[in-house]
Order: sequence, then C-alpha cells, then structure tokens
Amino acid sequence: MTGQQKQIHLAAHFPGVNSTTVWTDPRSRSQIEFSSFEHLARTAERGRFDFFFLAEGLRLREYQGRIHDLDVVGRPESITLLNALAAVTDRLGLAATVNATFNEPYELARRLATLDHLSGGRAAWNVVTSSDAFTGENFRRGGYLDRADRYTRAAEFVATARELWDSWSPDGSPRPFAHTGPHFDIAGEFTVPRSPQGHPVVIQAGDSDEGREFAASSADVIFTRHGTLEAGRAFYADTKRRLAKYGREPSELKIMPGVSYVLGDTAADAAERAAVIREQQVSPQNAILALEQIWGRDLSSYDPDGPLPETDPDVGSDFVQGRVRVADPLAVAAKWRALSQEKGLSIRQTVIETTGRQSFIGTPEAVASELHEFVRTDAADGFILVPHLTPGGLDDFVDRVVPLLQERGVFRTEYTGPTLRSHLGLAEPVWKG
Amino acid sequence: MPVPRPLHLAAEIGGRPHYDAGYYTALALLAERGTLDFVTLGDSFARPGPDALAVLARVAPGTGRIGLVPAVTTTHTEPFHVSSAVATLDWVSRGRAGWSAAVSDTAAEAALFGRRDAAPGDDLWHEAGEVADVAARLWDSWEDDAEIRHVATGRFIDRDRLHYTDFTGRTFSVRGPSIVPRPPQGHPVTVVDGTGAAAREAAVRHADVVLVRADDPLTARTFREEIRNRAAAHGRSPDQLRVLVSLPVELHTSADAVGLARLIADWYAQDAADGFHLRPTDVERDLPLIVDGTVPLLQHHCLLRRFYPGATLREHLGLARPAGRYARSPRAPGSPPRAAHPQPHRPGPPLTKDATAGGRP
Repeated sequence: MTGQQKQIHLAAHFPGVNSTTVWTDPRSRSQIEFSSFEHLARTAERGRFDFFFLAEGLRLREYQGRIHDLDVVGRPESITLLNALAAVTDRLGLAATVNATFNEPYELARRLATLDHLSGGRAAWNVVTSSDAFTGENFRRGGYLDRADRYTRAAEFVATARELWDSWSPDGSPRPFAHTGPHFDIAGEFTVPRSPQGHPVVIQAGDSDEGREFAASSADVIFTRHGTLEAGRAFYADTKRRLAKYGREPSELKIMPGVSYVLGDTAADAAERAAVIREQQVSPQNAILALEQIWGRDLSSYDPDGPLPETDPDVGSDFVQGRVRVADPLAVAAKWRALSQEKGLSIRQTVIETTGRQSFIGTPEAVASELHEFVRTDAADGFILVPHLTPGGLDDFVDRVVPLLQERGVFRTEYTGPTLRSHLGLAEPVWKG
Repeated sequence: MPVPRPLHLAAEIGGRPHYDAGYYTALALLAERGTLDFVTLGDSFARPGPDALAVLARVAPGTGRIGLVPAVTTTHTEPFHVSSAVATLDWVSRGRAGWSAAVSDTAAEAALFGRRDAAPGDDLWHEAGEVADVAARLWDSWEDDAEIRHVATGRFIDRDRLHYTDFTGRTFSVRGPSIVPRPPQGHPVTVVDGTGAAAREAAVRHADVVLVRADDPLTARTFREEIRNRAAAHGRSPDQLRVLVSLPVELHTSADAVGLARLIADWYAQDAADGFHLRPTDVERDLPLIVDGTVPLLQHHCLLRRFYPGATLREHLGLARPAGRYARSPRAPGSPPRAAHPQPHRPGPPLTKDATAGGRP
C-alpha cells in the first residue's frame, strides 16, 4: 500500500429532541444542564472528533393541536451554548444549527463570527430552512416561504454572510459593504474583524435535489441521512459531481451521514442491546402515535401489544397536523399489515421493525470495519454520530472504537491544527475583502 | 437609614473591543475577586465589537459567582431569540445571567437589517418594554416542574405545565411556549438604563435593576424615589427593584480608589441609591484599582460583603426568584426552588428512575 489512507471525519450530535433519545434509561441525565453538554463535548474532544453538533428548534412540536409530550422537548439556544462550550474545550469544532428563514444575515453573521473568534476558529453553521407558518407564529416576519423560495433565501443568506465576513480590510479596519438582492437589501459596516477561519464552516443538512445543489454551491459539509453502502455511494458520487459546475474540487465538500451505533462484546450481545434500545425508543405510547400518524384517527383504545387495526386509514384526515405527513397512508398501512401478518408482529413490534434507522451494530472491531468501509469506498467522508443517551452516550465509542480506527491509520491520534477547517482538511476561503 | 441594606456594586467591562476570550474572562474574574454583584458588557450594531451575550457565555464556565449582564438590543432582533439566548446564558452560568435591554435608533443600524426604518426613541423603548415583557412570559411558559419523565405514561413533560404566551405587541407577536425550559433564576435579571424618560417608563414596568446617571446624590435619590413610586403604581413591589447609580470613573492612583470609596460611602449614606454601577474610562487600569483599593475600603467600613453568600445573581441582589405567572398553584413552602428533574408534586405513579440521578451536582 502506498500513501496515506483516506481519513475518517467524526462529529458528535447532542441527542436532543427526537424519539430516538432514550430519556427513560436510568443513565440518562439532564437534557438542559450545562454539565451534560460539557460531558459529551469533552468526550468528543478526548476522541479527537472534528466537531460537536447541535440541532435547533423554534417551536415545540404539536400533535392534535397539543404540545407533544412523549419526547424530550426542551433545549438551550445553540450559539450561546457553544460559546460556553468553547471555554471548556480547546480544539473541538462547534457547530450550531440556525434557521435562515427566521434570522437576518447581519445579526447571524456577527454572532457566528464572534463564536469563531472566541473559540479560536472552531465555529460552524448548519444552515436549515423552514417552510411552515406554524413556526412563523413565534417571529416578527411570521408567515413562511414556499419550498423554492426558502432555498433561494438560504443561498442569498449564506452569500451575504460571506460578504460581511470578508468586509474588513487586511489591515484590520472595517470597510463599507452593500448587498442588494431579492431577499436582502442591506448596507453599512460589519462590527467584527475577519475571524480565525475566515468564514465559519458552513454545513448543509438534507439531501433533496435542491439541498444537494445548495450544498455543492455553498457548503463545506453536507449532513445527510445515511443509507446502505450502495445508496451512500450513489449519493456521494452525485453530490461530488455537482461541485465542478461551481468551480469547486470534490474534496471541498465533506459528506457526513448522521448515524447511530450500538456496541457489544459479541455480535449477539450487540444485537440484543440494539433490540432493547429499540424497545426503549418505541414506547407503547409512541407505537400508537406512529400508527395514528398513518391511520389518521384516534387509536388510543388499541393495545400496543395487539394486532394492527383491520380498517383502512382515513385518507385526507386532518387528525394529524404539523411535522409529520404520510404521502400514501393506504400503501403504508398495507405494507405494515403484510409485515405484521408475515412475522406475527404486534403494533409495537411492527413500528419497531419499520421505523428503525440503520445503525452500526456489532463489536467495536466490526463497527470500526464497517465505518472504515463506508469511507474507503466513497459512501461517506465521515459520520455525525447520534448517540441515544445523554450525556454518556459517546463514552463507549471513544473508548473502544476510536482506538481501533487510529490503529488502522484512518483517524487522527492528535489534532494537527487549531481550527475546524484544519480538522476537516478545508482551506481557508480566499479573502475577497 | 431605617433599615440597613446591602450595598450593590457592579462594573462595565467593555471599552476598546477585544476579540479574545481571555481578556474578558480575566476582567470578570477580577470583578469576582472584588465580590461585585455583576459585570455589564455594552453592545451595539453601530460600532466594532463582538456580540456581548456571546462573550459573557464564553466567560461563564471560567467564573464562579459573578453576575453576567450583556447588553441586548431589541429593535432589529427577534424577541423569541432574545428570550432563548438570555435563558441559555442563565443555564450555562447556573443562574448568573442578566441582560441590559437596549435599542437601536439610528438609520445606520436600520440599514444593516433592511427591514425597518429608524424610529423615534419613544417607540423603540415602548417596543423594548414589550420585548422584556414577552421574554419574561416565555421564561414562565414552562413551569419549573414541567419536565416529569413519567415512564409509566411515556411522557417526558407534563403538557399542562407548558403555556402559550399568545403575546401581541405593536410590532410583533409571539405564540410560544419557549423552547428553553424555565431558567435557573426563573427570570434572569432585567437591567434597564432608565436615565432617559422613554427608557424609564420601560424600566419601571419591567426592570429588576434600573441604572440612573446622576451627578449628585440628591438627583440620584430623587430618581430612585420616582422609580420606586412608579413601579409601585404598576403594582410592583419597590423592594424587588434595585436602583444603581451609573458612574463614570477614571482612576490613576490608589488615592483615586480611596476617593471613589469615600464618594460611594457618602452617596450611599445619603440614600442616593441601592448601589453603584461603575463605568471605567480604561477598564484595564481602573478595574484593578476598584478591586484592590475601593472594594477593601468599603468592606472595612462594613458597607460591602466580603464573600458571596449565594450562587445566583438574584441572590447577590437580594431579589426573590419569581414564581411563574402561569403556575396553577403556589409551590409548597420549603420545597426546592428548582431542580433539573423535579419529582412530580401531584399524586401519581412514582418515577422509575432515581429522581436524584439527573439532579444538580
């Protein structure tokens, strides 16, 4: 073998608001106390991870017009929290998910540039957009943008932020900027000098066609849903191919699926643990809820350990509103019933079987091999690990899998640079100031 | 004075902008060594400088007791974001957060956002008051014990202990509830510089700490009396309000530091204020003199405490932790003011997890 092997990038997601976070586990601690975030971030840094990743919420989820009460729902505001984490870490990148629909470029560019300064060049921004009036009810601008417009706003938002980050002259004085476009018409002086990374790292989440194009034109990292090895390779090839038309090299965009994992001393042990975790994730109440989202009516009288309803879903029902939409409930119901009958599964078992996200399950050696295989064969450049426990959910991965990746020479044993860009192997952007 | 009351002392640590965290952390630690109640950090979109709230969040883990009060502007920002960020500062500092509400009244600041024209100060301060109001409502929108982790029913929260704010002001509306659970102090401390008339109206309605700029003790005392009376007229307890004289200071020698102590003691003896907010001309020069010269003298005269008896900014200020306005019934006497994972106080199946497992360290 010649040359260095392709290196794996690793990031850690703080497991917050979603039904995969197992808050019922006795080891699960606070989802909001700073000590929890500190523990997970320090663990990630001990494991020499590239960055720590926070999701965002701007309105509490509702179900049937009432606040959803089965999942973790509360969380702190990302950028403020990451500034505090910058005080207790030295090298770890700090990535905040921040919505481009309900923020303004000047203020957000300033907050991100401040985080980059105060962390010594470790800031990242995961750009997301929102399309629902539901979230808009918490904001001045209210309303919402349709799907196409929200991506044009996001693209112009990122471009505008970059103009601001470039607006100081190299001798350290602010220079006037002016931006006029369909979404923003702003001018003045930016208050923050160029930050250690030049531009904080930009992450794009989501893998729709518009999302891929946006990532190819504007992002440094794309946070995808993972798939099979084959699906991952297809996504990887397609997305990297798009970069050329924007004058970018394939290495300028890192593809990092969000993945979960379960470790065990043997394959059977890991599989058993994974099954227990799935049971914890799909509580009896969550199983009924998942069913109601397809059937479109109140099924609370059904026994989660009993059979699926024999009647068909109410098509066009407005029973469930908000985030969850099922495109073809009749087809999904038919598929679930077939599966249930074939394997003799209860409601809860059916939901466990059908809603699971692919995980890396096995011994530390097997998981290390599988992760390496994804990266070696260009299905990914790395992974954003989503543990199911707060805050200790990453401990075993760092203790048991990271050393194996290091032994293989595919993951760093020490940080080689101070900034997140240096961890990701990304060049500092050319200063257009 | 009929009743001895503690002297409160705070200092501004802004000035020439810095972009390294160590600079601000060193100043905050210095102020903490002087047992000051809090430090303020000014902010504006109109001049160079980092985001003040971010700076004090960065400072929080490296400090232990000092209150952290960044300026937060309310004119071009989203009230929902303001509330979330200040609540988060309270979480990361374990109950030491405040915020100083400010407005942006220039055309230059308006042009940075391109959404609204510059508006008169009266309108902006009315809006700032509304932002303070909705921020407090959002902090209350989670009752302290809303997180129940009730395994038997699968419920992480009790949705009946979460509340919509449904706030409609002149320029914005916020549905709520907050995303951030109720912060450790219930309400982080709201500070308003009430020197101007429009700001004073917002201050008497919404501020916990009012700063006033006055050149002599009599003017300050008159301000304080007016503020207390007007707060009372709004149904607030004046004793849950602190009025601090905001003084510019310029100290070159330890004799200057002694002079400042004498001035503080003299004004304080005349009931000019509940305390002082010192604004150094050169913070790197003046703050060490305040901490090593002025503070020991005030302590020697038993005007200033020698240690922090409490942990939160509200405790430093002697301000009660507010009950949530949406809470259906008052908390039982003697029950803990807050807990990360409170036990349910209503009859119901017991938690299966150890209720102290996720508790505060």
